[in-house]
Formats: sequence, structure tokens, C-alpha cells
Amino acid sequence: MVRNERCTKCHICQRQCPYGVHQRIVDSDTGAVHIVADDAKCVNCQRCVAMCPMRALKIVKSNCSYRENAYWSQKAVMEIHRQAEQGGVLLSGMGNPEDYPIYFDRILLNASQVTNPPIDPLREPMETKVFLGSKPQTIVRDHTGRISCQLPPQITVAMPIMFSAMSYGSISLNAHLSLAQAAQELGIMYNTGEGGLHESLYQYGKHTIVQVASGRFGVHPDYLRNSAAIEIKMGQGAKPGIGGHLPGAKIGPEIARTRMIPEGTDAISPAPHHDIYSIEDLRQLVFSLKEATDYTKPIIVKIAAVHNVAAIASGIARSGADIIAIDGFRGGTGAAPTRIRDHVGIPIELAIASVDQRLREEGLRDSVSLVVGGGIRSSADIVKAIALGADCVYIGTAALVALGCHLCRSCHLGKCAWGIATQDPELVKRLDPEVGYKRLVNLIRAWQHEIKEIMGGMGINAIESLRGNRLMLRGIGLNDRELSILGIKHAGE
Amino acid sequence: MNISAEKLDSFQLNRKIKAAVGTVHIDHCFGQRYIGSGMKEKTLVIHGTPGNALGSYLDGATIVVYGNGQDAVGDTMNSGQIIIHGHAGDGLGYAMRGGSIFVRGNAGCRVGIHMKQYQDQKPAIVIGGKVGSFLGEYMAGGLIVVLGLDEQEVPVGDFIGTGMHGGCIYVRSNKVPANVSAHVSVQHVTSEDMQEILPLLAAFAKYFGINVENLAGDEFYLVKPNTSKPYAQLYTKN
Repeated sequence: MVRNERCTKCHICQRQCPYGVHQRIVDSDTGAVHIVADDAKCVNCQRCVAMCPMRALKIVKSNCSYRENAYWSQKAVMEIHRQAEQGGVLLSGMGNPEDYPIYFDRILLNASQVTNPPIDPLREPMETKVFLGSKPQTIVRDHTGRISCQLPPQITVAMPIMFSAMSYGSISLNAHLSLAQAAQELGIMYNTGEGGLHESLYQYGKHTIVQVASGRFGVHPDYLRNSAAIEIKMGQGAKPGIGGHLPGAKIGPEIARTRMIPEGTDAISPAPHHDIYSIEDLRQLVFSLKEATDYTKPIIVKIAAVHNVAAIASGIARSGADIIAIDGFRGGTGAAPTRIRDHVGIPIELAIASVDQRLREEGLRDSVSLVVGGGIRSSADIVKAIALGADCVYIGTAALVALGCHLCRSCHLGKCAWGIATQDPELVKRLDPEVGYKRLVNLIRAWQHEIKEIMGGMGINAIESLRGNRLMLRGIGLNDRELSILGIKHAGE
Repeated sequence: MNISAEKLDSFQLNRKIKAAVGTVHIDHCFGQRYIGSGMKEKTLVIHGTPGNALGSYLDGATIVVYGNGQDAVGDTMNSGQIIIHGHAGDGLGYAMRGGSIFVRGNAGCRVGIHMKQYQDQKPAIVIGGKVGSFLGEYMAGGLIVVLGLDEQEVPVGDFIGTGMHGGCIYVRSNKVPANVSAHVSVQHVTSEDMQEILPLLAAFAKYFGINVENLAGDEFYLVKPNTSKPYAQLYTKN
């Protein structure tokens, strides 16, 4: 923490910081008041920096560091110290921050010139609307020749972006309200996550994807029917293969009521659904949900991107699911064991390409739509994801950043200074849904416009023409193996 | 209204049941699934063997089975009643939130996993025979009673209550249930404890024609969570 001479000792920093970094010290001899910062407590949420009216604060990397070691980093050493002292599992918030290759940043987009003119998005209508659900394999006509249209239920989104699952419990009610209102205004969807649906959000039912996770929190028939689609959560990119754990400190009266568990007790979602132990069991759950909702809702199955994701997706496509959602290893979370978050799973770029390819090979690609997420940061990432084969993307971390998150990754402590990843009423009120939803609308509309510009530049005018269009992509600095898995050529070819 | 399930698949049978009015009697039921899924009103009386996911997401209806149930009976049930005059399979009452399930005979493994409750919404499961392992795993609320009628040994399997943090399990037995999880404590019931389940025993007796006075006076053990945070010490503090 660096404090410059502009500080007027107004103490706003002390009031804003939930971690007790800034302290007021009164000099017992002179009576002078000082503010000092305890750097060790700072999580770098940037709240005090943003709130200081004098712009007197700056957070810099501390130079109190251990001896340099390219292998035994300071972080590795400190983590061993912590475990030796307490003996527990390391817990972290947000997505994988480690230095793995970012394939989005090694893929370049095409633009049309001369041989095939670009399209002017300011003049021509550009279609960003997408329909997600199972599409028929053949066209059936009646005796007059008209197409006999027996479509399974679909979701319609105005653009290929939806808000990803973030549970009420991991994030605040105000954050949920912001997401729901924004989804409604934009004509897209938001996702309840596994914490159930608070009553104040029922009015947004048409823009809600309700989640059924292993803990089945808040799942009852009215919840299921008050939705645009139902998502069965089998896995999550941040913690593939393991369950979820919301600490008792975050289970206040509202959460206890929505989740139907005692206040102050930990909310645990077991690792597997303890009634789904095989692909046949999954099929059974899919159809029991379809039966309970009279076949009116598309069913989404969400999985984490892991090694055999293509085979898993093929199985899910045969289980009766309408949409497959895949969450890559950069996916965020309120809390996950650090080692699982950082070392388990694969990048979403590779997963999209291999799933899209496998489903096409098996003639199943039309029977499901693909929604992908896990570290989508910009409209460029979205265009690349769709060109690799996705129908639509889920954004989670990016949406929270729009609401004010600065990625300090302390969500699991429950003291989010921005009122997002906390249940403390004093902190939650810092996030005004009326302001929050407008920021989300701004972001997504901006991205929609950028997507139109990029598509126009490519000479296409509909998302349909972009989907799976690997010819619009070229790799740069990727080896043959990577290019072949992604199904794209190298730049210059 | 009577429906014969003979030669009907699950989809066809469920369409007929949903279209029917009043009390629906189904016979020749032979493994058709998802019967009564999400059903609000109505009474279904089933003769035969209903298939998996009977009464899943049940929301107020009553289902009576003259025969055995299979797996996933009452999955995520919200309210209503399921009464089975035979045995039931695995995964009974998974994530149950309300209503009640009565089984005259045995149930399989993984009964009552992640059962929940909130204020007066309190689900109940009463099993007349015995159950398999993993009873009440991750239980957060509700009541399970295992009576072990006609059983000489302890009528519950291993690993009861792993991750349990709410609710209670009553076991009628002369011997202490062994091999329980470290997250629960097992004690003899007190007379106050028994008050809790007398209405359930009375209902069980009424449905299956058994004398309740005999049951209420027998030896019962009460399995309860010994902590509200079974996994609290699992993680380091930052």
C-alpha cells in the first residue's frame, strides 16, 4: 500500500476495507492522527484505491520477497508453510491464474478483402440471434408440401452470450438481481447456479436457466417450471470431479431458506450426484425432468472440460439432453481447492474443437447445441469460440468484473469489498442492482456490436455462418499437433 | 379411472395418466418409469411394479403401490405421499424436501441422501423392513425411521450419516448400529424423541394394518449429527 501526501485522513479507506488493512493510530504524545496500512492483510481488491477521494492510494507489488528461485517460487514456499501450520486443504476463489498457454491468444481471425467483400454492419442487418436446443435430423413435409415442424423446445437468445451459473450463496442477491435484469433487457439468459432461486427473481423466469446440481438446492416443480431451460450440473471447469462447499459463514437466513438447510451449517454438494453413477442414470434424470415439466423445457447438461470430453459429450448427446454446456479449466468459482483448480481440466478452446469434431463425425452435431465457457474475456474470444464450433458462450468472471470485481480472488473469504461475492448485508448494499444491471447491459451490447463488426469484416452476416467455420481462423505459433486438434491452419497457409 | 399399462411404454403411459381425471388405477404396471413425475393433484393407485423415478419431484399427489418400487422413488420430492406395500430400491428420497414416503418392506442403499427441511416443511421416510448402506448421507433435515420389523439383526447398513449436518434417523433395534460415520452420534431415544415420530408410526400402522402400540414401546436408537460443520477443518484459513 503506497499512500501519498494528498491523503487528508478522511478514513474512507478504513471504512471501505473489509480486511482491516487501514488503521487509525493516534500518537499518544502529540495527539496527531495517522493512518497506517497493514500490508499483510491486503488482498488487492482495489476498493480503497477506487474510493479514495484524493487518489492518494496505490497498491504495488511488495518487495519483501524471498530469494529468487525459478523453481521454488515464493508462492510454493508460502503454501507449504501454511499447510505445515494448519494442516488443511488450500482453498481459492476465481479461476485458474497459472501460466498455461492461452489458445485464444494464439488464434487469429480472418477478414475479407477484394475476392469476397466485407459486409458493412452499419448498413446491412447482422443476425446475432441464436436458437439453442435439439434440431431435427431430417425435414418432414405434410401432404401439401409444407414443412411439418415438430421442434423440441428451444431457447432463443438475442446474441450468443449468456450469463453463466453462479449460485446465490457464492454471490449476493444484488448480484443475481443485476444479472437477471440485464438478461431480460438484453434478451438473453442468466443462470441460477446451484443455490436455488430467490422469490424476488421469479419475475425473470423467461430469462432464467435453473440449475439442478448434486445438492438439488431449491429444486421443486415451480422452480423447474418457472424457467427457460433446466441445467443439470455434472461438473464445473474450476473443480472437475469434485463437489461444492459453501462455508457456514455464508449461510445466513435468506440462503438457509432458499437452500432449505440449517443456518450457519456448511452447504455441501456431493461430488457425483449420488443417484447418477452412469450415462444411463443421467438419461434417467434427463427424462424425469422432462416428464416433470411435460417436455416443455430444453435440458442442458453441464460438464467440465477434461481429457475425454469428446467421448463424454457424445454420451450426453445420446442421453436425451438438448444442450451440452462445457466449462473450461479457466472457469471461475466462489471457492475450490487450489490444486484442483490449477491442475485439473483442459482449455476450453481445445475442448470446443474436439467435441464439435466428434459430434460431427458421429452425425450427432445437430441433436445438441453447444454452449461453452471458462475464461471468455472479450468479444474476440467469443468469435473464436463460435468459429471453433460453439453455438453460444457462457460468461461468469467477465460479468462479475463488469459489476466491479477486480479479481483479487478472495471470494472464498466472503468479504467481497464490492458486494458481489459476499452475504454480509453491509457489503452487499455496496452493489446497487439498478447500477449493476446497466453496466452489464453496456458490456454485452458493446460486445454485440464488436461481434457484428468482426463478422462484417469476415464477410458474413449471421452467427450461423460463423459457427464451426474453422476456415475463419488461423493459428500463430502453434505446433502441428495443436493445429490439428483445433482443426485450423497456420497463419500464412 | 382405470388404465392398463400393458404394452405401453413409459411415455405413452404417462401421457394417459396425465390426461386422466380423478383417482387413477393403473394395473399391469411393469417397469414404466417417471410415473407421477412432478405431479400436483391426483391419487394414483398402481398394481404391479412401477419403474425407476416413481414420484420424482412429486408436488402434492398421492401414490399408492401394491407391489414393489424400484430405484429413485421420490427423487427430490417436494410434497405429497408415496405408500409402497412392497419393497423399494436404491436412492429413495434423494434430496427430499417435503411430504412422506412409507415402505412396508425393505429399501436399498443410499436412502434419504441430502434430505432437507425448512421450518414446517419437514420430509419423512418410514421403512418397515431394513435398509442398505449410506443411509442419510449429507442429510440436512427431515426424519428417517427404520423399523426392521421381522429383522433380528440391526436393520441398517454401514456408513450411516456421512456428512450429516441436520435431521434425525431413528432405528428400531436391540443392538447399537455399528460402522456409523464419524459425523454422527448414536444414543437411545428419550420419550421426547419418541413424541416426534409417534404420528409417523400411527400413519404407518394405519396404511399397513399393524398395531402401533407394539412399535412405540420398543428399543430405538437415535442417530444425529454431532456437528453442524462436518467438513469445517478440511480447509486452511488464508
